[in-house]
Amino acid sequence: MISSPSVVVLLYLVTIVCFVLALRFLSSPKHARKGNWVGGAGMLVAIGTTLALEGIGNWGLIAGGIAIGSVAGVVGARTVRMTAMPQMVAIFNGVGGGAAALIALSEWHEIVEPAAEETTSIVVSALIGSISFAGSVVAFAKLQELVSGRPIVFPGQNVVNMLVLLAAVALGVAAIAGAHEQWVLWAIVGLALLFGVLFVLPIGGADMPVVISLLNALTGLAASATGFVLDSTVLIVSGMLVGAAGTLLTLLMAKAMNRSVANVLFGAFGQVQAGTGAARGDDGRTVRATSPEDVAVQLTFARKVIVAPGYGMAVAQAQHDVRQLADLLEEKGVDVKYAIHPVAGRMPGHMNVLLAEANVPYTQLAEMDQINPEFPQADVVLVIGANDVTNPAARSDPASPIYGMPILDVDKAASIVVMKRSMNPGFAGIDNELYLDPKTTMLFGDAKDSVLKLIAAVKAV
Amino acid sequence: MSAELITSLTVFVLAAFLGFELIRRVPTLLHTPLMSGTNAISGIVIVGAILVGGAAGATTLEGAVSFVAIVLATINVVGGFLVTDRMLGMFRRRRSENE
Repeated sequence: MISSPSVVVLLYLVTIVCFVLALRFLSSPKHARKGNWVGGAGMLVAIGTTLALEGIGNWGLIAGGIAIGSVAGVVGARTVRMTAMPQMVAIFNGVGGGAAALIALSEWHEIVEPAAEETTSIVVSALIGSISFAGSVVAFAKLQELVSGRPIVFPGQNVVNMLVLLAAVALGVAAIAGAHEQWVLWAIVGLALLFGVLFVLPIGGADMPVVISLLNALTGLAASATGFVLDSTVLIVSGMLVGAAGTLLTLLMAKAMNRSVANVLFGAFGQVQAGTGAARGDDGRTVRATSPEDVAVQLTFARKVIVAPGYGMAVAQAQHDVRQLADLLEEKGVDVKYAIHPVAGRMPGHMNVLLAEANVPYTQLAEMDQINPEFPQADVVLVIGANDVTNPAARSDPASPIYGMPILDVDKAASIVVMKRSMNPGFAGIDNELYLDPKTTMLFGDAKDSVLKLIAAVKAV
Repeated sequence: MSAELITSLTVFVLAAFLGFELIRRVPTLLHTPLMSGTNAISGIVIVGAILVGGAAGATTLEGAVSFVAIVLATINVVGGFLVTDRMLGMFRRRRSENE
């Protein structure tokens, strides 16, 4: 039992230092894994310290809760597929927010004489925690395809959403002003849950990286608000570190999609015009189809090949085959690299994890700013399951909906091979100029199939 | 405003700046592990759940609510750190290290 308050404070400080180090170590893949364990150790110190506090009892309840949570955590972490990481992170966001909201509810019952300061923290933590919980559940359902990944919209949606949020905030203000009936906070939680559902429903699958990051930030802020409720510095700091991470990722993702966060959340959905899907451009240029054998020759005699993967590659489960193809080419002396666009995948950094899982060494994974100057030296670029992020219209055509979006400059390479199922346009529903480029050839078919054929053809060269 | 609240707010704001400086250095390569790792860190609310549920005078409702909170926060902590470790183990410098 720890009875000295200063020892408690110091032990919690150890936890904070561990968390900061964990994030610091994440700046390089070399030390990141070690850092993660430093963070875990910090967490153990915090939990151990709390359990050893004077006056803590109800051991059955605590042990039972930890046991159940641990089993669920271990099973989830061991079994989740890397393609399902966005769902996993969405659940984690949700449970963190939910826990914060529950603590707020519990504290609300405990207060005898409400002081404005304490009620403010309770209201904020209940509000943010509930939004994060409900929003994450919907995000999970969309990513898991339990509900349609397409935007779900109805007329006046933004107005309804705003009204729900305003009602919750108004009740919150009333609570802070002294309305301390039990139902007030439950009503705030109810409205916040409703808002959480409503605000994620209209957001489409391609915008998920922004939403997940935002929910991550909200969860952190909810934890931080709980710290204000309980006067706990370790909660305030840790929650804010998470909040900062989520906020920064939200901004990065929105920037990579060339949209403001507000536009992603409240933007005009379903208004993008569907492309014609025609194989013929307005000016008479046509796309050229090619065969695996031709591409194999191109690849084998290249000096430098850059692979530009998109989520389509992961959907086709082709990443292992792509890596095998790259290995074959490297054996033949070809320099192979992967160009990773920030939004290639369903969450920040997703494509890197998928390729790392397929045993691609991280030294071959190049981020956009790093690889873009290298495209002019590339003999062949293989575009696999990526579309909008390679569309040169983003640079050159101010009328294009994606104008200004940062893209992979694949069109600057000597030749481009696009692997694609059909001529259907991408997420943004617009035609890709790249396909009409005279340097571009199209290899039609399922990505996995095509790569397997390429492997066979390269072996035969 | 109480002195405690002012101290808390100061810590909060400084933590925000510290967070931004730390996260800015994380390469995009590791953004997914960053998210799952921060998930684990937000599991720190387990401390709050234990404080509330473990208090001697906790009512049945408080007990039930904080029990659920402990379960949820533990999922975050255990699942978050383990899945981050699993992912970071996949990032290798050379192909030969794992075959």
